[in-house]
Amino acid sequence: MDFASILQYLISGLTVGATYGLTALGFTIIYNTTGIINFAQGEFVMLGGMFSVFFLNVTGLPLPLAVAAAVAATVAVGAFIERCTIRPVKHPTLIQLIIVTIGVSIVIRGLAMLVWGKDTFALPAFTGETPLRFLGATILPQNLWILGITLVLLAALKRFFAGTMFGRAMLACSHNKKAAYLSGIDVQRMVLFSFMLSAFIGSVGGAILAPITMASYDRGILLGLKGFAACILGGLGNPFGAAAGGLILGVLESFGAGFVSSAYKDAFAFLILLGLLFVRPSGLFGKSAATRA
Amino acid sequence: MRALFSSSLAQTGLFLALLLAAPWLLTNDYYLTVLILCCLNAIIVVGLNLLMGYAGQISLGHAAFYGLSAYTTAVATATYQLPMELGLVLAVAVTALIAVGIGIPALKLSGHYLGMATMGFGLIVFIFLNETIELTGGPSGFVGIPRLELFGYAFETDRSYYVLTACCLAGVALLSLNIIHSRAGRALRAIHTSEKAAMTAAIDIARYKLLVFVLSAVYAALAGFLYAHYLSFVAPSSFGFLFSVELITMVVLGGMADLWGGIAGAFFLTMLPEFLRAFEDIEVLLFGSILVLSMLLLPDGFAGGLRRLARFAAARLGRSGGGADGGTGGDVDGPDAAKAAAPGAGGRP
Repeated sequence: MDFASILQYLISGLTVGATYGLTALGFTIIYNTTGIINFAQGEFVMLGGMFSVFFLNVTGLPLPLAVAAAVAATVAVGAFIERCTIRPVKHPTLIQLIIVTIGVSIVIRGLAMLVWGKDTFALPAFTGETPLRFLGATILPQNLWILGITLVLLAALKRFFAGTMFGRAMLACSHNKKAAYLSGIDVQRMVLFSFMLSAFIGSVGGAILAPITMASYDRGILLGLKGFAACILGGLGNPFGAAAGGLILGVLESFGAGFVSSAYKDAFAFLILLGLLFVRPSGLFGKSAATRA
Repeated sequence: MRALFSSSLAQTGLFLALLLAAPWLLTNDYYLTVLILCCLNAIIVVGLNLLMGYAGQISLGHAAFYGLSAYTTAVATATYQLPMELGLVLAVAVTALIAVGIGIPALKLSGHYLGMATMGFGLIVFIFLNETIELTGGPSGFVGIPRLELFGYAFETDRSYYVLTACCLAGVALLSLNIIHSRAGRALRAIHTSEKAAMTAAIDIARYKLLVFVLSAVYAALAGFLYAHYLSFVAPSSFGFLFSVELITMVVLGGMADLWGGIAGAFFLTMLPEFLRAFEDIEVLLFGSILVLSMLLLPDGFAGGLRRLARFAAARLGRSGGGADGGTGGDVDGPDAAKAAAPGAGGRP
């Protein structure tokens, strides 16, 4: 196997992995403030792509505005979900909330199918489709956009959680909700905000991925599962573990597809994940004591 | 103990009588097919309820056991022309072995990690069923599975098949009730409450968890065997992640740690799409909304809702605290739980 094709697999793996990572980040943010695994996370990614196509083609907005409008619309959906389906659950247990988010994801998918149909839609690449050559491998400009935006988002999140009062308040909720409440943090507002933030991250991921993989109403399911897998791989609750987990999962998948068999690429990724879980149950970057409790 | 056993026996008997009477109320033979599928799903759900409701362990991959068994018997009886009794033994044995293999490492995990591990397992099985085209027929499915014939008796009519599945369900329910009321059942509940406390009470946690995991896989295997020989066609799409989720929803909607509640949940959710079919395009939408709404309105499932209703009625009649048993299993009697399963009477207070 020559160097150029290894590099090629690496690049495509990193690109796909970046979106897994963004989905995983969304999972992590909600998990940290609420303890819920939000199974509708993949639908945020789908909505990011579909809304972008909708605003571009139907309302005729220019591409950057269309993407911005799509992200705003998805954030509104995230807020709506928290207000109307998560908050009203009385004495919530974990499994109930999980089923609620699964129900929500089914509803969103159903609505998207009703409104936009079952077709796949293409979103134009942000800056042309002329491929760049790099050490024998081909890179699409969109790949660079995806990697770049993911890095920028990660840096911004790090800044947000470490450097702003609001971000630290959210972090406090993840450490101990009661203690956060006692020190005057409005926990309910943080929960609402965590849904909006992960809708934001998910929809950005969806919008930047759409030019490469196309957008359709059922894009969210598998992306959601992969995002969840990336979270576990990186250690649940650790945002940078989640992003790294996504990249690793994407690269593994890409190499699995290239060197073993493309039919089994998903199985390959999950097999490695299972192996890892059995050997190191807390994920790559998780604290080992936290899991068996 | 003896009293508990006869009460389980009475409940199961009543339930079976209701099941067997149901076909006479049907106007359309198609509904018999739906009832058969209800029974099959209920068999899996009883096992999953033991695992989730009693032992407190989640599985997001139970559809895989169902599928593995269905495909094992399909390959054994159709491809290799083996007798069906052997197909049943093989299907159950293969599924149980795989459950042991996956259960030993997976059950050391807990919470979301266990969910992920079982989900990963389910997805791997799903991909395997899709890709090993020579063995399984791939995504388009496996055709030509023979109709069931056991010990010389051919189950040719839907009605005879229904009686068989209803009896299997009743048998599985009776066995499970006995487990619940036994030492093993108490051990499982102890594990659910606190693993540490259970350990100090000298309960071999790993062994009991594995036991109930394998048992629930075996129930799923039985259902898978019956499914394959009923439809005579299986396709991977019936055994995907969404079906695993649906199974869990049946347990939670019916009532965790309530055997009859879980069965009611299985009947309700299996029938629901049939009644929503009239709405065509918005069928999925309604399904999702019902999931969300029932979690909002009925947090403890049908069983909890009925208990609350009973308590409310008791309070109204002035017998304060009369119906408040609030126990863990088998407290809701058969006919009520079955009524909750009937369409329309969704058990909503």
